[in-house]
Amino acid sequence: MDILRTLSNLVETSGFAGFFASGGWKNLIMIAVACVLLYLGIAKKFEPLLLVGIAFGALLTNIPGAGLYHMGMWDAYVHESPYDPANDYALYNTAQEHVYTQDEYLYYVAARGCGHTTEQIEAYFETQAETGSDIAADYEALFNSPDMDMEAALAIDSGLVTELSFTDIIHLGGLLDILYIGVKAGIYPCLIFMGVGAMTDFGPLIARPSSLLMGAAAQLGVFLAFFGAICLGFPGNVAASIGIIGGADGPTAIYLTTLLAPAFLGPIAIAAYSYMALIPMIQPPLMKLLTTEKERKVKMEQAREVSKTEKIIFPIVVAGFVILLVPSTAPLIGSLMFGNLLRETGVTERLSDTAQNGLMNIVTLFLGISVGATTVASRFLTVQTLMIIALGLIAFGFSTVGGLLMGKLMYVVTGGKINPLIGSAGVSAVPMAARVSQMEGQKANPGNFLLMHAMGPNVAGVIGSAIAAGFLLALFGG
Amino acid sequence: MYPISLMSAAGQQLADSMGVPDAAIGAVLGYGVVFFGLVLLMCVVIIMGKVMTGSRAKKAPEAEAASPAPAAGASPAAELPAAPGSAGEVKLYDVPDKDAAMIMAIVADKMGKPLNELRFKSIKEVK
Repeated sequence: MDILRTLSNLVETSGFAGFFASGGWKNLIMIAVACVLLYLGIAKKFEPLLLVGIAFGALLTNIPGAGLYHMGMWDAYVHESPYDPANDYALYNTAQEHVYTQDEYLYYVAARGCGHTTEQIEAYFETQAETGSDIAADYEALFNSPDMDMEAALAIDSGLVTELSFTDIIHLGGLLDILYIGVKAGIYPCLIFMGVGAMTDFGPLIARPSSLLMGAAAQLGVFLAFFGAICLGFPGNVAASIGIIGGADGPTAIYLTTLLAPAFLGPIAIAAYSYMALIPMIQPPLMKLLTTEKERKVKMEQAREVSKTEKIIFPIVVAGFVILLVPSTAPLIGSLMFGNLLRETGVTERLSDTAQNGLMNIVTLFLGISVGATTVASRFLTVQTLMIIALGLIAFGFSTVGGLLMGKLMYVVTGGKINPLIGSAGVSAVPMAARVSQMEGQKANPGNFLLMHAMGPNVAGVIGSAIAAGFLLALFGG
Repeated sequence: MYPISLMSAAGQQLADSMGVPDAAIGAVLGYGVVFFGLVLLMCVVIIMGKVMTGSRAKKAPEAEAASPAPAAGASPAAELPAAPGSAGEVKLYDVPDKDAAMIMAIVADKMGKPLNELRFKSIKEVK
């Protein structure tokens, strides 16, 4: 037994060696980012239920050699291109944005046989796209080169998986790949919505239906950020996913991004949940800026009592109506209203309890860690991520402004009966945004109790952001 | 559930080719669709509320006629028995003592005033 060789192999295959490989420093940065997110989740309590999971997923996925998540496999799945399991690489030409042609395929096999890395092959295609050099001649040269290891080339050729399905992913993937199937199939966000529905009392919205206007107005940021992202050069589908951050609704953002721009899921989910956690810091300055002391002091009258029957009919009517209006909202609205119906019927308490607690907790576990797994260093550490984070903040800010302006309008129309502060709760983020309205209202007038009044626009925002997502999905997905 | 590969060819083409004017139109249209949807939903909820309150108002006189008339001057709240242990002026309706004490303490804390400077008239569970 060659001890030195064994030890050398051990060192070379360890994760530590991975940090010194090409691009390994990026993994170190991402591990530091994950630790910062863990700190924010644990010490600062920023949406800890999800952020801790996302941060830990980010940590795991960026440990070299762990093999828990394979970005190349999902690239192959998305682009429907052959996948090289030995190298976690999708045969998708990013320089020319298409699945490899026959010549490119042969070049890939030849180059890998000659020991070229995927970075070198991608660099070749980028220069080839500019210079127009002859790929056929180049791969011929590679096949005839003395560096060619024909056995290795044949192994790569025969090992390629040409049609990747969820079954292949279960066979070839790591733990986080398997959990990520739930995100990719759009299951987790919908189950979370079911839990949210089971936890939400739509009574304040039924008692004051005009709250829906504030929920609609508070989608302003979604569409402004979408427009801004297009102006900054993002493609339409990515811009739509960035815009939905302004809906302040994590499951909706994840759902839409998974469908339209899966490569951007990591930064978009992190931006959405971070800003949701930062609502108590983002919203109050805008609330003070856009409302007067007199407006903030307004005490709202108790809304009418809502009967049990109304609460039971509401989810049935809303599900039918909204899905008929924007059919692409069906998974989200259907789940939300089903959860709510379980809560309100009074005969499905066990199911409601499971949707609110057991199921919600399990799905939150899987969702957090698998979304975190998508923050692979080579994809996350880009200028685009910084732009997404900046646009997300703009989206949140303008959504708050939209809701507040509608609140002010309703203050005027009702002769001062509506406190405009409840408009900012239209950004969803249930119930954090409603709590912020309550806190700001009490600062202006200690006898002011706006929480229940703000819950109306708050839950209206959930429906509003689902409709906004449905529209964007219809625009780019249909 | 959607097959995830996501965007249709038409959607992909639109995503790739969307310029600033198209994006502006898309944004305005999208905001309009959200408003339109929620305004319609508001109308539906208002109609539903009117129907429900109307039918409740219709049932109320029938129920009143069926039950004996309450004593003159008695308020509806007074009909409900106060919970055992109701003290002073505070009347508790379906609220246990402990919950009432907690509610009063929270209200005093939120208002930043000592409890003895506040007067609670009644605490009733809204169902």
